[in-house]
Amino acid sequence: MLSVQNTDAPVTFTPELLGKFAEIVARYPEGKQKSALLPILHLVQAEFGWVSAPAMDKVAEYLNIQPIEVYEVATFYTMYFLKPQGKYMLEVCRTGPCEIVGATPIMEHIEKTLGVKEGDVTPDGLFSWRGVECLAACGYGPVLQIGPEYTFYENLTTESVDKLISDLKGKANN
Amino acid sequence: MGRKLLLEHINVPGINTFDVYRSKGGYASVEKALKTLSPDDVVEEVKKSGLRGRGGAGFPTGMKWSFLAKPEGVPRYLVCNGDESEPGTFKDRYLMTHIPHLLIEGMIVASYALGANTSYIYLRGEMMPQIRILERAIAEAKNAGFLGNNILGTGYDLELYVQPGGGAYICGEETALLESLEGKRGNPRIKPPFPAIAGLYGCPTVVNNVESIAAVVPIINHGGDEYAKIGIGRSTGTKLISAGGNLKRPGVYEIELGVTVEDFIYGDDYCQGIANGKRLKAVVAGGSSVPILPANLILKTINNEARLMTYESLSDGGFATGTMLGSGGFIAYDEDQCIVRNTWNFARFYHHESCGQCSPCREGTGWMEKVLHRLEFGHGKMSDMDLLVDVSKKIEGNTICPLGDAAAWPVASAIRHFRDEFEWHVTNPSVAITSNYGLAHYADPLPVLEKAEA
Repeated sequence: MLSVQNTDAPVTFTPELLGKFAEIVARYPEGKQKSALLPILHLVQAEFGWVSAPAMDKVAEYLNIQPIEVYEVATFYTMYFLKPQGKYMLEVCRTGPCEIVGATPIMEHIEKTLGVKEGDVTPDGLFSWRGVECLAACGYGPVLQIGPEYTFYENLTTESVDKLISDLKGKANN
Repeated sequence: MGRKLLLEHINVPGINTFDVYRSKGGYASVEKALKTLSPDDVVEEVKKSGLRGRGGAGFPTGMKWSFLAKPEGVPRYLVCNGDESEPGTFKDRYLMTHIPHLLIEGMIVASYALGANTSYIYLRGEMMPQIRILERAIAEAKNAGFLGNNILGTGYDLELYVQPGGGAYICGEETALLESLEGKRGNPRIKPPFPAIAGLYGCPTVVNNVESIAAVVPIINHGGDEYAKIGIGRSTGTKLISAGGNLKRPGVYEIELGVTVEDFIYGDDYCQGIANGKRLKAVVAGGSSVPILPANLILKTINNEARLMTYESLSDGGFATGTMLGSGGFIAYDEDQCIVRNTWNFARFYHHESCGQCSPCREGTGWMEKVLHRLEFGHGKMSDMDLLVDVSKKIEGNTICPLGDAAAWPVASAIRHFRDEFEWHVTNPSVAITSNYGLAHYADPLPVLEKAEA
């Protein structure tokens, strides 16, 4: 089940990141800074690759709310990674419309190509993958997305997935 | 080809930029509304247009606006619902990606009508690219004096922000969306009070779908009466339909409400028929929540009349033989698709997305998924179909929000119309794993259009 994972790695928010936090908090009325929680967690995940317990504690401190208020949000929403993932997390839509145009064979192909099960990380730390629910791109299925930019790859075939994986490997090694 | 009110300029190069959008008449509705109409006039035009909420429920938008409480000294909010998570639906993503200023323009006019000075566009978190697109468009509009303080010198102030969600279907429900916007778990609130009285931060709030807000632009430009001339009966105007599944040409289409379902599936202006020369088996017409119908019932009503793409015609026959327009997420299934597998897939989706607040939904969706899983994978029993219907009935109507109904309807309708396919899975478990039941008698009554296609 979902749980908050601790880590010994120290968490520091750079001044640049804190600047982005402040920009977000300014969008809401005085005293309603908790509204910034979801956007800030996205920024934290983009920076560190996942949201650890110490990071969540620091977010709580920043927003002047209780840590549990951050944990309950991070564990409710599916986009927040509660443990480290590969540098590239391939999230394949597995819901009805994508399924009937071949999402399952795409996921099987990714599993075979990467050699890791859903949710696991490749030994080189580059990739993980998982099936996710409807991504609102049903006319272009099968689709996958890769965070933190959430770039979309549409009308997937095994060939286009192979090319994507090799492109990402090339990008990471440069 | 019908009139295009939302996507008229979608193919103009650079229409995503302020300058090109403006050169095509963009932001005219803001000038018209802020300079010549009172907020109440704008609400009146939207009422006259007959516009119904495009997110799925189909509630009249003008009426929703008129319910907004206006206590002295309390801020009011407009929140745009861009959570778009209903399987089969991808029209809002399309609109925001290609013509973001249409949404911004609609937000300004709608905020003015409601007296909101801060408005939020809530997008599902997966739409980060669209968030970047909208934020750039907002900056452009602000730079041109259409947002910020004293817009166009009229004294009206508006700030507009885009808020990402965190990945949760439930946040498409308006009170769950508001909880999420307040930085909490997306648990729907008990109503009443409705958001019109106590919404965001406890203040009066209107929540509208992306497409509904975009539709305000042509309504103000042409007038509510003109808008209402398009369509049939209480289904006025144009609607974006997301067409997916086994169609030759899937995509987003703007239709005049009232085209026939047959024309939409087979017509050259629309989806051009079923892909790969196959035949149509079934359709989910309005997003995964609405009842699935076999081909013969989607093309013609039980009274043998052509079924139209309108709120009324699609629901003709009630749930016994009809369905709903919903969000316009139109999914076509060809003869090779397995209804049991699809129903299991949807049940898994709803189980995954149930927020867990109400027991009937939290537990019931899980049981439906389990029973459907065993049917699909060859361990089903003849009593399972009645069991599923029983569970679905115990969820339906017994939950705080409509997710329970949304989970129950696809299961109940699949068994209602495709019971023999479920039974075949029980009697032929090993065959059912490797092959499909096929078209059976759900046959698409239309001859397959024989085109020169190998």
